[in-house]
Amino acid sequence: MATVPVAHGLLLAGVLFALGLVALLGRRNVIFMLLAVEIMLNAAGVAFIAAGARWGRVDGQVMFLFILTMAAAEVSVGLALVLQFYNRTRTLDVDAATSMKG
Amino acid sequence: MFSLLWLAPTLPLAGFLILATVGARLPRRVNTALGVGSVGLAALVSLLLAAAWAAAPPGAYTQTLWTWLHVGTFAPGITFYLDPLALVMLLVVTGVGFLIHVYAAWYMQDDPSIRRFFAYMNLFVAMMVVLVLADNLPLLYLGWEGVGLCSYLLIGFWYREPGNVKAAMKAFLITRIGDTALIIGLFLLFAQLGTVQIQALLAAAPGLTPAAATWAAALLLGGAVGKSAQLPLQTWLPDAMAGPTPVSALIHAATMVTAGVYLIARMHGIFTQAPGVMTAVAVIGAVTMLMAACSALAQRDLKRVLAYSTMSQVGMMFMALGVGAWTAAIFHFMTHAFFKALLFLGAGVVIHALGGEQDVTKMGGLRKTLPGVYWALLIGALSLAGFPFVTAGFYSKDAILYLSWTAARGAPWLWALGWFTAFLTAVYAFRMIFLVFHGPAVQAHPVRDARVSVPLGILAVLSVIGGFVLLPRVLGGFAPFAAFLRPVLPEPPQRDGGIFEVVLLAASAVASLGGIGVAYLLFARRRTTSPDAGLARFWRQGWGFDALYDRLVVHPYLWLAQECRHDVVDAFYHGLADVCLMLNGWLSALQNGRVRWYAGALVAGAVLLLALLVWR
Repeated sequence: MATVPVAHGLLLAGVLFALGLVALLGRRNVIFMLLAVEIMLNAAGVAFIAAGARWGRVDGQVMFLFILTMAAAEVSVGLALVLQFYNRTRTLDVDAATSMKG
Repeated sequence: MFSLLWLAPTLPLAGFLILATVGARLPRRVNTALGVGSVGLAALVSLLLAAAWAAAPPGAYTQTLWTWLHVGTFAPGITFYLDPLALVMLLVVTGVGFLIHVYAAWYMQDDPSIRRFFAYMNLFVAMMVVLVLADNLPLLYLGWEGVGLCSYLLIGFWYREPGNVKAAMKAFLITRIGDTALIIGLFLLFAQLGTVQIQALLAAAPGLTPAAATWAAALLLGGAVGKSAQLPLQTWLPDAMAGPTPVSALIHAATMVTAGVYLIARMHGIFTQAPGVMTAVAVIGAVTMLMAACSALAQRDLKRVLAYSTMSQVGMMFMALGVGAWTAAIFHFMTHAFFKALLFLGAGVVIHALGGEQDVTKMGGLRKTLPGVYWALLIGALSLAGFPFVTAGFYSKDAILYLSWTAARGAPWLWALGWFTAFLTAVYAFRMIFLVFHGPAVQAHPVRDARVSVPLGILAVLSVIGGFVLLPRVLGGFAPFAAFLRPVLPEPPQRDGGIFEVVLLAASAVASLGGIGVAYLLFARRRTTSPDAGLARFWRQGWGFDALYDRLVVHPYLWLAQECRHDVVDAFYHGLADVCLMLNGWLSALQNGRVRWYAGALVAGAVLLLALLVWR
């Protein structure tokens, strides 16, 4: 079985993470920002898997399962917040939520 | 029986605590009953103690409850000390205090905060009893300060009026000057003699160096002058009439202002070591009594007449103390407590019947509407004026006048000042009676209530018979009061009396009767009103002392405070505050409320940390 070099895995993770980050900072729509956070989480998952494969240990996959569960929880909370946010502001533009301005 | 002593201060204190804590949940009637009852029980305890004393005099009785604090050799206890002097004071404070409380139950019956009123009054009596019974100076000082606090609370009782609050503040601040002197004197005595126990101090007093004795006595005198409203700290007393009338009766007639008299009488052993201070006491007393009597003559406010009268009579007690006539001073304190409480309570009824009017020139002809009060106030005024042979005031005043000449430390000019003051006293006492009760009648509604007539009646009886316990030698010399106090207060050395005593007695009678006659001519026949100018105005304003202190102390102080507003220290702290405000502005600009900005900051921070980890 041909092994994927760990560098490739990590590169993929890095690219994914950067894409997510750019999307997070660039988009103003809350739902897209949630998606971007998901992408970043998955980038972290890919990094774990690659590292687990490199050392031949099962911990990487266990960690990914944790991230998956956590992401599901995070999305449910996030979506609930989005609903509340939309009810209050009638928009999905995150820049409208500035009432905590110092 | 004497082991009941601790109850005398504890009962009013318990009344205060109950009223202050759970009183809000109790109905008004229960609150009133608690307030009056606690002092009534204390008076009962005092009577029991007096009865026990009469049955078997123990000389002195000491009761230690616990040690208050213990630092090295400084170990004052919560210890009460009962001797004849303390017993007389205790009886007057709780007895007259109880009568005033009964009266207050009527006077304050419609006041919404009657619970607060009785709480303060009970605390006041408790503190006064602590002061009187204290076995050591720190405990006495506790009572002394407690009394000052309660006077502040009670003078400013109707605190919605800014004037009342100012009067309370004035009383508190001015007596504080005296209190500071007193506590310095206390430390000085401790440093010199190594004890704070009063009896030990008195025993050790002859060992003081003359300089130390003079300083200690002068500082004690400073405290007494503040509390007893004598020159130069007298200006708070007339303004203190802002409180409810029972308060005036309690604080300014019967108890608090006489605390200074008690202090000097109690510490007489120190004062006899300092002849110069003794002379100062006599001179302060003599000058104060004359000035206050003149001021009382020119007042229009009924309560202020009585306030200046109190100042004048306490001045007379100071004069007696100054010539070493301790017993005469305490005797006058007792009779004064009776007739001055009577006068204040009667004046309260008059003011109440006229719907709050206090100006004597707007009163008149009240003897038909308020006959009972008329007789009560007449007896009080006769006693104050020293009407010969039947009133208590005559005997106590005559005792002072007689000793002010014949005591070894006395002098004819002291007697002359005292005699003239007695004359003026008779004039202003009957000016008040004639202006209020005689002449054209004004509208008033009659007052009929047992809570008024019983205290007034008892005080009127006491104002008459209270004097027959110390008669001058020419009238038989029946003097159980002096004999009772002799173990505590020595008699002053005297020159020979004889026929001279008769002359002075007659002179006292002439002063009193002459004063009443002059008042009749001036105020009953013609109703003279003093003009609002010249001497009358000067006297009415208390010899201009308020204005003088304003110029000498208040204005320079305010000027200094104004100047200090922009000094270096303030500049530094203001600068510090400005820098903080600027930094705060910067930091709060970062909190712009934009989520993406925060996320970016988070990333930047993470990158920075990673970079540090990698390149270190």
